[in-house]
Amino acid sequence: MDNVGFLLDGFATALTPTNLMFAFIGVLLGTAVGVLPGIGPAMTVALLLPVTFSLPPTSAFIMFAGIYYGGMYGGSTTSILLNTPGEAASIVTALEGNRMAKAGRGAAALATAAIGSFVAGTIATIALSFVAPQVVKLAVALGPADYVALMVLAFVTVAAVLGSSIVRGLASLSVGLMIGLIGIDAQTGQARFTLGIPQLLDGVDVVVVAVGLFAVGEALWVASRLRHTAAELIPIRGKGMTRSDWQRSWKPWLRGTALGFPFGTLPAGGAEVPTFLSYALERRLSKHKDEFGKGAIEGVAGPEAANNAAAAGVLVPLLSLGLPTSATAAILLAAFQQYGLQPGPQLFSNNSALVWALIASLYIGNFMLLALNLPLAGIWVKLLRIPRPYLYAGILMFAALGSYTVNLSPVDLALLLALGVLGYFFRRYGWPVAPAIVGLILGPVAEQQLRRALAISQGDTSILVSSAFSILLYTATALVLIVPLVYRLTHRSRDDEVRPAPDEQGSSSPLDDDNATKTTELNEMAEPGVQSTSRSVPPDRKDSE
Amino acid sequence: MSVLVGYVPTRYGTAALAAAVAEARLRSTSLVVVNASAGDATADPNHLNSEQLAALTAKLAGSGVEHTVEFRSGRDPVDEIVALSADPGVELVVIGLRHRNAVGKLIFGSNAQRILLEVERPVLAVKPGP
Repeated sequence: MDNVGFLLDGFATALTPTNLMFAFIGVLLGTAVGVLPGIGPAMTVALLLPVTFSLPPTSAFIMFAGIYYGGMYGGSTTSILLNTPGEAASIVTALEGNRMAKAGRGAAALATAAIGSFVAGTIATIALSFVAPQVVKLAVALGPADYVALMVLAFVTVAAVLGSSIVRGLASLSVGLMIGLIGIDAQTGQARFTLGIPQLLDGVDVVVVAVGLFAVGEALWVASRLRHTAAELIPIRGKGMTRSDWQRSWKPWLRGTALGFPFGTLPAGGAEVPTFLSYALERRLSKHKDEFGKGAIEGVAGPEAANNAAAAGVLVPLLSLGLPTSATAAILLAAFQQYGLQPGPQLFSNNSALVWALIASLYIGNFMLLALNLPLAGIWVKLLRIPRPYLYAGILMFAALGSYTVNLSPVDLALLLALGVLGYFFRRYGWPVAPAIVGLILGPVAEQQLRRALAISQGDTSILVSSAFSILLYTATALVLIVPLVYRLTHRSRDDEVRPAPDEQGSSSPLDDDNATKTTELNEMAEPGVQSTSRSVPPDRKDSE
Repeated sequence: MSVLVGYVPTRYGTAALAAAVAEARLRSTSLVVVNASAGDATADPNHLNSEQLAALTAKLAGSGVEHTVEFRSGRDPVDEIVALSADPGVELVVIGLRHRNAVGKLIFGSNAQRILLEVERPVLAVKPGP
């Protein structure tokens, strides 16, 4: 049977009432957490992991996929109406979207974001259905040494791209790798980093780490800043999209998709980068250049399409190679492991029903999200009026409950709190959380592949660079590290940019916001007292995409 | 002497403000407008935004009553109003009153009830027209 046949089978599974219900719960939850700043799909999926133990894997993954896509839709609403991105991939949307809302065209901005997300999500899901099996065919030929190279590249790009600076990203990654090492080594039986605590012999559960860093860390962070003035919510005004809005939007949607999907599929750090690139591109191509910075609809349509396309793209390396390139993808990988499945080439052959049901549910989820977001944006915004003490009390309760149920061990609760404090300091000092999560989950997999490669070569390390593929990947890794450094040395000034030009454009624009206080706050969060970070973006609040 | 009014940009707040302006004019005293909210939600509609503040200032200037506007955030709004009304110059406190069902009252409490009981000045509770 060819892929179309598999996909139709997937639809048959995904369209059963039970699975439709789980997809609906997923998109509902996903939109909600996307709308709320600081709470993302990664944290939500982590919180739900213990709950879904008893579900069949297909239903659980359909729900998780809904949360993942829903987060992308919801994030744009907050960006546009609040100027506080719900998650990292919506930062650029805030630039033009918020101006549009202020100028009384909020409804049009929300519509172009929702429809753009739908168009991009659908096209990218179609692309995913056809690209992933091709990647699988290539992936079958990869040996353990090639996987090691792939993972090294993924580690470095995730650390470099998801943070405010490479050093912080690498530091965060190391924390994750370190936590991933805790427990009994599977090959030699040695206990590593257990500090003599018997409960640590099994390792630290992913749920505890993810929930601790994301949920508890975020709760502490919000609690420490509760007295700061609330953001100003702009009411939705205007009539929706006019004829000219449609004419100006459809090309950016397609271009955003074309940029977003390939970037998502590369192990290059998820959905953020293509949104910056898309914004820069639309700015250059637009016939209404003067409107940029004052609320150009292209500046909303392009990046919103890009982030949804990238979200689908991220699933390609995740499903076909087992390689997560964002925090949410890493948690999804952990979810696969929880069910005893290992994403990778074998997944498509051994569990094709599950994979194709998951992909089919993405199509369905997109339709549900369009219906939920286009007419109901005003209702989602009401979530922002929940007093945060109530909201975070609820989150903390679920966090504690979820962590405790994993092993029914009080040690996990103590760990949860300790990791929460760590998560607070991550935020305080601008360390991104996502690389830690990726390191934690991908680290043990990488170690296994590395030792397998070395076992094959009987300890000869030259096997790691024996194939052209791995040499290519190591070169790419080196470039990711060196290029920004060279760029910085050649553009030496006090507040230069670490990253290449397109991002610079995207990121410097929030600085000339007319709302001075909000901007200062944004920068303060992003760069607590550091002079040369690359972006004026809250670095860790939303590694959620 | 002055009249103190708790103002939020809703129809209840607007009704309270109108009554407070009338009272201040009647008593020939000044008016203290307090915009207080705990500010603990991500977006707090009770805080005046720049547009609403401009509208309020214009309205107050048009009323011809001598007035000051106070902003309070980060603490319980009832505590703020109780603290401000402890000033011996305050002779009347005006608030907007809305209906809240029993369950809502149980969960969230009632700010109006607390103000009525805790403020040591006469309190005028105003309901907006239908």
